This record gives sequence, C-alpha cells and structure tokens, in this order.
Amino acid sequence: MDYESAKVIGAGLAAIGVGTAAIGVGLVFGQFLNSALRNPAAADGQQGRLFIGFAAAELLGLIAFTVAILILFVV
Amino acid sequence: MAAESKIDPMHQFTVEPIVPLHIGGYDISFTNSSLWLLITLALIFGFVAMGMRRDLVPGRWQMAVEGLTGFIDDMVRVNIGPEGRKYMPFVFSLFAFILVSNLLGLLPLAIIPGLHPFTTTSHFSITGILAVMSFGLVLVIGFWRHGLHFFSLFIPHGTPKPMIPLIAAIEFISFMVRPFSLGLRLFVAMIAGHILMEVFGSFVVSGLNGGPLIAAVVSLPSLLLIIGILALELLVCAIQAYVFALLTTLYLNDAVNLH
Repeated sequence: MDYESAKVIGAGLAAIGVGTAAIGVGLVFGQFLNSALRNPAAADGQQGRLFIGFAAAELLGLIAFTVAILILFVV
Repeated sequence: MAAESKIDPMHQFTVEPIVPLHIGGYDISFTNSSLWLLITLALIFGFVAMGMRRDLVPGRWQMAVEGLTGFIDDMVRVNIGPEGRKYMPFVFSLFAFILVSNLLGLLPLAIIPGLHPFTTTSHFSITGILAVMSFGLVLVIGFWRHGLHFFSLFIPHGTPKPMIPLIAAIEFISFMVRPFSLGLRLFVAMIAGHILMEVFGSFVVSGLNGGPLIAAVVSLPSLLLIIGILALELLVCAIQAYVFALLTTLYLNDAVNLH
C-alpha cells in the first residue's frame, strides 16, 4: 500500500469518530427533551447546561475531524 | 471521460493582502482578514452606540441593545455571582465579536462576481488568541485574588488522601487543555460548516455542467441541502458564540469562587 492511499484510508477511519460524536450530541439533546417534556417548568433553567453538554460532545467530534484533516494534509 | 476538476474547498479561507506593508522583514499587510475584522468592529460599535440612549421607556434599538447586554449580564450574574458583573464587558465583547464574525461569513456576497465573505473566526490564529485571552484572564484573576491558594482548584473537596496525586494530575491536564479546546471548538465548527457548503456548491456547478438529467438529479437536491445547511449554520454560529462566552464565564467562576 503506498503512502497516499494509506493517508486517505487513515483519514476515512478517523472520520468514523465524527459519526460517533453525532450519536453523543443526539443523546444530550434527546435526554434534555425527554426530561423537559416531563417537567416543562424546570426546563428553561437548565438550558445553559444543555449547551455546555452539547459543546463538550461536539468538541470531541471536532477533534476527530481535526485528526482526519491532520492525517490528510499535515502528516 | 473528461478530466474531473478537483474540488478545492480551502480556497475561501485564504488570507490575501489588500494593502501590502512590510516593516523590517515582517509582513504586516492589511489583509482581507483585517478588513473583515474592522467591519465586525464597526458593526458592533454602531449597533451599541445607536442604542445608548437613556430613555426610561426604551425605543426599539435601545431595547435590542439592552436585551443583548442583559442576556450576557444575566449569564455572568447567574454563573459567577454578584461580583461577577465586573467581568460582563469582557464576556460581552467576546460574545458580540464571535457572533458577528461568524454571521458575517454567511453573507451572500458571492452574488456579486469576484466578492466573497470571509469568516475571520475560521482561522485558528484568531480563535486561539481569543481563547488565550480568556485563559490568561482566568489565570491573572485567580492568582491575583487567591495567590498560591489558586492551586487548590485542582484538588476537589473530599477526595481521599491516596487519590490526591492522581486526581490533581488529571485536573491539571484538563485545566491546561481549556484554551486549546476553546479555540479549537470555534475554529473547527466554522471551518467544517463552510467546507460543507463549498462542497455542495461545487456539486451544484458540476451537476449543471453535466447535462439536464444529471442537473436535475444532482444539482437540485444539492441546492436544497445548501439551503438547509445554511439555516443550520446560522444556528451553529449563534450556539458557538454562546458556548464560548458561557465556558469563559464558567472558567472565570472557577477562578473567582475557587470551587
């Protein structure tokens, strides 16, 4: 396997991490909606934590994307 | 088959000098990045300046400015406490700058041939400096208020004695990753959105070049996807600005209220 093909395959494998992060983000919002519909009065107070959770899950997905870009263009 | 032209999604991010300036070997040209930074500054300054009336019954512009500043004021007061209000100008500047920079990159300026909007926050140099400013402010405030006692931040209340070295090491690493994660999150969110739109845009053009059947199958769904992704990008711009400001506020809370 030559170097260019190995790079492209590596980038594709790293991008699988972005898909798993999508599951994580969906979990965060899904749990929020689940509990918000049970207790709507308390939902607005927790919106800040919702976005913190989203940012944390999204960051790890973006790190996977960064690794893919690093493999493709930098290494 | 004709040779396929490669999609070049990175060309929209190139920084080109508008007024070249070199002093002693350093390139300090006035670039398109500088131009868009100045446009961001002018917009924020104009927006806030036009709303700085002191009417008891506010008009619409004053209401809008007060709404925005009140939103950040609430966030800072809820997360840091009543003494956190003195950090509100800094957090507001961060939030307003990131929000306007992100949104300016989505303007449909490419309708005019030759122009394209430029997202200043799509460069790690800009977002990295913003993150370093946040982190630096946290360090300065932490050491100013608490001196060396600031290091007790790394040992949460009630950790059992044998675990303290391990916990302190992990807490320290996660503390030091903060500026990097702040800058990287904003940077990659902006880059990813713009690359996605560029890729679908090139699909539209390539589909149109391929004849009527391919145009209907490829270009039309791509165009609809671009519209959907643009709406999502508007939301992501606002969310990323809010998340940056919120995390800065939380890190300031760590420094001010040490636990």
